[in-house]
Amino acid sequence: MEDFLSEFPELSRETLRFIKKGFDASYRAFSREYGDAIEAVFDPVLYFLVWFEKLLQNSPWPIVLICFLAVIYFGSRKVSVTIGSLFAFLLIGIFGMWEDTMSTVSIIGVCTMLSIGIGIPVGVLMAKSERAQRICTPILDVMQTMPSFVYLIPVVMLLGIGKIPGLLAVVIYAIPPIIRLTNLGIREVDKEVLEAADAFGANPRQKLFQVQLPLALPTIFAGINQTIMMALAMVVIASMIGVKGLGQPVLKAITNQYFAMGLFNGLAIVALAIIFDRVSQSFGHRIQQHRSGSRE
Amino acid sequence: MSETKIQIKKLYKIFGKNPKSALEQVNDGVNKDELLEKHNHVLGLKDINLDIKEKSIQVVMGLSGSGKSTLIRHINRLIEPTDGSVVVDGEDVLKMNDESLRNFRRTKTAMVFQRFALLPHKTVLENTLFGLHIQNVDEKEANTRARRWIDRVGLSGYEEKYPQHLSGGMQQRVGLARALTNDGEILLMDEAFSALDPLIRKDMQDILLELQDELHKTVVFITHDLDEALKIGDRIAILKDGIMDQEGIPADILLSPKTQYVKDFVEDVNRARVIKAKHIMSKLNGQDRDNAMFVDQDDFIDRFIDKVISDKPSCLIVKNKSNDEIGYLSTKRLSEILKR
Repeated sequence: MEDFLSEFPELSRETLRFIKKGFDASYRAFSREYGDAIEAVFDPVLYFLVWFEKLLQNSPWPIVLICFLAVIYFGSRKVSVTIGSLFAFLLIGIFGMWEDTMSTVSIIGVCTMLSIGIGIPVGVLMAKSERAQRICTPILDVMQTMPSFVYLIPVVMLLGIGKIPGLLAVVIYAIPPIIRLTNLGIREVDKEVLEAADAFGANPRQKLFQVQLPLALPTIFAGINQTIMMALAMVVIASMIGVKGLGQPVLKAITNQYFAMGLFNGLAIVALAIIFDRVSQSFGHRIQQHRSGSRE
Repeated sequence: MSETKIQIKKLYKIFGKNPKSALEQVNDGVNKDELLEKHNHVLGLKDINLDIKEKSIQVVMGLSGSGKSTLIRHINRLIEPTDGSVVVDGEDVLKMNDESLRNFRRTKTAMVFQRFALLPHKTVLENTLFGLHIQNVDEKEANTRARRWIDRVGLSGYEEKYPQHLSGGMQQRVGLARALTNDGEILLMDEAFSALDPLIRKDMQDILLELQDELHKTVVFITHDLDEALKIGDRIAILKDGIMDQEGIPADILLSPKTQYVKDFVEDVNRARVIKAKHIMSKLNGQDRDNAMFVDQDDFIDRFIDKVISDKPSCLIVKNKSNDEIGYLSTKRLSEILKR
C-alpha cells in the first residue's frame, strides 16, 4: 500500500520500450515506403524556392535593393520607412550578411505566401462550419504549443535534411494566426449586414467575396502580420535542419560562443522583422481607407 | 378594392430546441410565459393571419419583443416559420428552393433595415448598386438606375463618400436608395426610421409618402411608434406578445380599439390629426342645407375644426372628389369624437 502511494503506478520498462520501438519502426517503414512520393509532392515548391533564392542572390545587389525599396515604398507609402529600410539593408551588406539575408527573405517570402494560400481558405472553412471549427481548433492549439523540435523529428525522418523540411516547420509554426484571425474576422461581420446581403438575394459565393472577406480584411491582415513575425522567429530553428540564411551563423555563434557574430546576425533578423512589420501594417491600414476619408 | 399581394396564414414561430413539440403545447393553450418557464421555448408569433393589399402601406406595430421584426422576416423568409404559410402573388414563399428563393428576393422584394446595414467598405454609389451587382445587371444600366435613385432621395454629390462620413438620416437615405434601385414590388421596412432623430424621422416619413404616391409599391412597415404608424399606414396591425390584437384602418383602431392593450396605446393620440371626415360621417337623411358647412371626405378634423368653432354651422355635409354629397356630420358627434 505504501509503495502504491509513493510511486506512481507506471508501465514496466520493457512495455514502454516496446511501445516506443514499435511506434518508431512503423513510422520508419512508412517513411521508407512513402517518403519519396511525399517529397515529390513538394517538388514544385522546392523549385520555386530555389529559383527565388537564386534570383535574389545572383542579381546585381543594387537592382535587388532598388526593387525592395520600391516594394517597401508602394506597400507603406511612407518615406521614413523606405529610408530606414535603405540604411538597414546597406548596413547588412557592409557587415557581410547580404547573401544570408537574401536566403532568409526568400524562405520567409515563400512561407508567407504558402501560409496565406492555405490559411485563408482553412479560416473561411472554419467560419462557415461549426464542425470544421471544432476539428481545427485543437489542431491549431497543438501546432502552436508543441515544441517545434518535436515535429521536426518526423519531418526530417520523412524528408531528410534540407529546405523543404525547414519550410514545413516554419509553415506549421507560422500558419495558425492567419487561420484563427480569418475565422474570427469572418465571424465578427455584422449580422445585420449579412442579413441585408441575404435579403438582396446574394448567394453564398457573393456573400463571401463581396461582404464577408472585405469586412474581415483588417483582421485577416493582422493575421498575415503575425504570421510573418512568427516565420522570422523560426529562422534559427529551421537552420538546424539545413535551411540556409541568417539562422546558420547564429547557430554557429551559439555552439562556438562567438558573441559578436551572433549579435550581428541577430540584429539583421530584427531589422528584417521591423521592415516586414511596418510595411504590412501600413498596407493593412491603407486598405481600410473607408474608415478615415472618402476615396481620392 | 385592390388585390391581396401578400397573404400570411396561420403563421407560428417558436424559438428553441424542439419547436414542433412546443407548437403542440401552444395549441393546447399554453401561454408565452408558461412556455418559456416550463419548456424553455420562446413564442415568437402565434396564429398570425394577415392579408396585405397591393400598392398599400401596411404597418405592423408593437413594442419590442412583440414579434414584429420576426413577422417581417417571414415575408422574404429570412426566418423559417414553425408552421403556417406565406403566399406572395399566389406563390408559397416557404415552398421555394434556394435558387428560386434567391430569385424572389432579388426581383420581388427589397428591404430597409433599422441600423441601415450598409457595407462600410463601399461608397454610397457602390452600396446603392449592391442589389444590381448581385443580379449581374449590366454595369452601365445599373449605374444609371443607381444614380437616379441617389438623386431622388436627395444624396446627389455624395456618391463617392463612405457611409461612416454620413449622418444617420443620410445613411438611411442610402438604405432607401439601395432598396428602390432594386425595383421590387414589395418594400420591407424594418423599423427603418426608428434610429433617427425626430425631425429627420419626419423628413424620411414625408419622403416615403411622396415616393409612394408615384411608385405605388406594396410596403410593409414595422414601427413601435403609434404616431408614425398613423401617419403613414393605410392599414395597421397591432402585435402584442406574438399575437395580433387588431388589424384595420387607422381610424377604426382609434375609434373602436378591440382590446385594453390597444385602448391604452391609442389613448393619448390627437384624434383631430388622424381621423378624416369620411371616417365618422353618417348617412344623409334630409339634413337642412341652411347654414351647413361643406367638407371634403379626406379632410382631417383639424383642417376644419377652427372654422366649425367660428362659423357655428348647423351641421357638416361631406363631399367626395367629384363633389357629390355622401354623408353628414353633426357638431354634437364631432365634439364627442374629440372628447372621446
